[in-house]
Amino acid sequence: MGRYVIRRLLQVIPVLLGATLLIFFVVFALPGDPIASLSGDKRTPPHIAAELTARYHLDDPFLVQYGHYLAGLLRGDFGETFSGVRVSEIVAGRFQISLNLALTALVMEAVIGVGLGFYAALRRGRAQDTLVLAATLLLISVPTLVTGFVLQLLLGVELRRSTGIDFFPISGAFDGWRSYLLPGFVLAGTSIAYLTRLTRTTLAEVLRADYVRTAVAKGLPRRRIVGRHALRNALVPVVTYLGADLGTLMGSAVITETIFNLPGLGQELFRSIYERQQPVVVGIVTLLVLVYVLANLVVDLLYAVLDPRIRYE
Amino acid sequence: MTGITGGTPSVLPAWEGGAAPRREPLLAVEDLHVEFATRQGVVQAVNGVDYALEAGQTLAVLGESGSGKSVTAQAIMGILDTPPARVTRGRILFRGTDLLGLSEENRARVRGRRIAMIFQDALSALNPVFTVGWQIGEMFRVHQGASRREAERRAVELMDRVRIPGAARRLHDYPHQFSGGMRQRIMIAMAVALEPELLIADEPTTALDVTVQAQIMELLAEIQRESGMGMILITHDLGVVADAADRIAVMYGGRIVEHALVHDAYRAPAHPYTRGLLDSIPRVDRKGRELHAITGQPPNLLDLPPGCSFAPRCPYRQGDCAVEAPPLHRIGPTRGSACHYWREVLDGSHG
Repeated sequence: MGRYVIRRLLQVIPVLLGATLLIFFVVFALPGDPIASLSGDKRTPPHIAAELTARYHLDDPFLVQYGHYLAGLLRGDFGETFSGVRVSEIVAGRFQISLNLALTALVMEAVIGVGLGFYAALRRGRAQDTLVLAATLLLISVPTLVTGFVLQLLLGVELRRSTGIDFFPISGAFDGWRSYLLPGFVLAGTSIAYLTRLTRTTLAEVLRADYVRTAVAKGLPRRRIVGRHALRNALVPVVTYLGADLGTLMGSAVITETIFNLPGLGQELFRSIYERQQPVVVGIVTLLVLVYVLANLVVDLLYAVLDPRIRYE
Repeated sequence: MTGITGGTPSVLPAWEGGAAPRREPLLAVEDLHVEFATRQGVVQAVNGVDYALEAGQTLAVLGESGSGKSVTAQAIMGILDTPPARVTRGRILFRGTDLLGLSEENRARVRGRRIAMIFQDALSALNPVFTVGWQIGEMFRVHQGASRREAERRAVELMDRVRIPGAARRLHDYPHQFSGGMRQRIMIAMAVALEPELLIADEPTTALDVTVQAQIMELLAEIQRESGMGMILITHDLGVVADAADRIAVMYGGRIVEHALVHDAYRAPAHPYTRGLLDSIPRVDRKGRELHAITGQPPNLLDLPPGCSFAPRCPYRQGDCAVEAPPLHRIGPTRGSACHYWREVLDGSHG
């Protein structure tokens, strides 16, 4: 197991190299001059433009620029923006906010999605099952943009106005963990729906398995059959989905972050792409790749715990 | 075709006759009907099955896929999925108590403890994510409130008893780490853990090598001798039946078409279907000749024909076979055949 973990961690290196190279290339290929856009609609004075170009190696060939970036990265230096702000400074606070948001969403996903999936699977074909399925369909169909604004208005603004209590803060990250409740739910919406369906299908399938029939034949109580014999087998795909979702939740929360005014990575990534802030884009993407890789490693290690047939040498 | 197997005087269940003094049987299935609701319609899987079994005896239930042999067993065990399955008629008397009349709670008290079951494919029937020791020990922990350590100790004893080499060492292994024969031994250990009075073995050797098959059957026979439990052996393998069973019940289209003592049935079958089955066994003395096969297809349980369900495939078929379903004619004290022309079949067998 130890050797497996080390090997997996070593695999991170080529993955990161590939990912940064790709992102670097894509940003490099974007049209437009980042130096020119620094001064808005005025012309950047030629001597300043020349100095900046030299300082950020903008005239060097692509691979040389990439080499400079990598060299910095190895020293733990994520570089700086063209206006001289350290990328690590920009990213650090935002990373924390994105992580809080994503983890809140992930917990909601796990609790609500798995719970509802279980509930529906045990009542397959009945009215409650149909209701859950219809609800998930609704959740999948309505875009985040809509659920975000609607919930912000109803649970944030209107609820506070009618009760006088601020249950769900709706703007900024100033109210501790409660700031993340509503945005977390909005962000998790689609995933909750998918996970509900995944859990329902998986569990329903497992409940038809031969070993569940054996458990019934052993005369075990229903709770034990579902809670022990079936649950453990149904968890593998659920855990896979959750693990893969963490990275997605962190990197693609632009709309949610914007609606709830949370200064997270998604917003910054969007703006940096827009402003051709090459070092910021590459830095954020590198971080997200790391999150993906680590989350997947955790998932793979959990497999071995959940299913003894999976062993790592 | 209703009520034929029911009350008419010539149609007594086998255990109501015979020279032996009458005893209450361990298990008596009476006029059992099971149907399944499917999209295509109602599948009549079991259509009036009667059989009985005494303690210490083995009844082999023989029949091809879809003959209702497994469904009958699952009804006895109470592990049918309801819905889609539904027991529409009949009784299952276990030591005189109708299991179908019990509450689910009381039923669960019988299941696993007094009636146990082993399945065909032990790999899929054992839970892949728990150790075999845990799965065997679960019987003691759940049913008898044994401690974890006590349960493990008794699991090792059981694994020894079913002759798993190095039982104590293998307690913490998972099902996939065992061979097919060893897995079936673990199934057996689990099933006999609480010393049930009745063991239902649903094709216990079908998935195994021939040599391993013999070992498993031997083990079952040995456990049965020691414990005196009754056994229902469901199989389509006539070779297994000959050695292991006392009595045989042949099923076709959800009914018993013949029941008899094993050697009677083998020597001279009294139903054309039994005869067909016996003729289709490859034999060394007929080497080189074409293998006999029963022509045609099993009946469509969605739409059973009126009359005898075997009639379309039957070489003894006469005009009335397609009209009137034959009752289970009583042939002797221990024997019955659901064929209008059982005499001809029997004579043909002797001739």
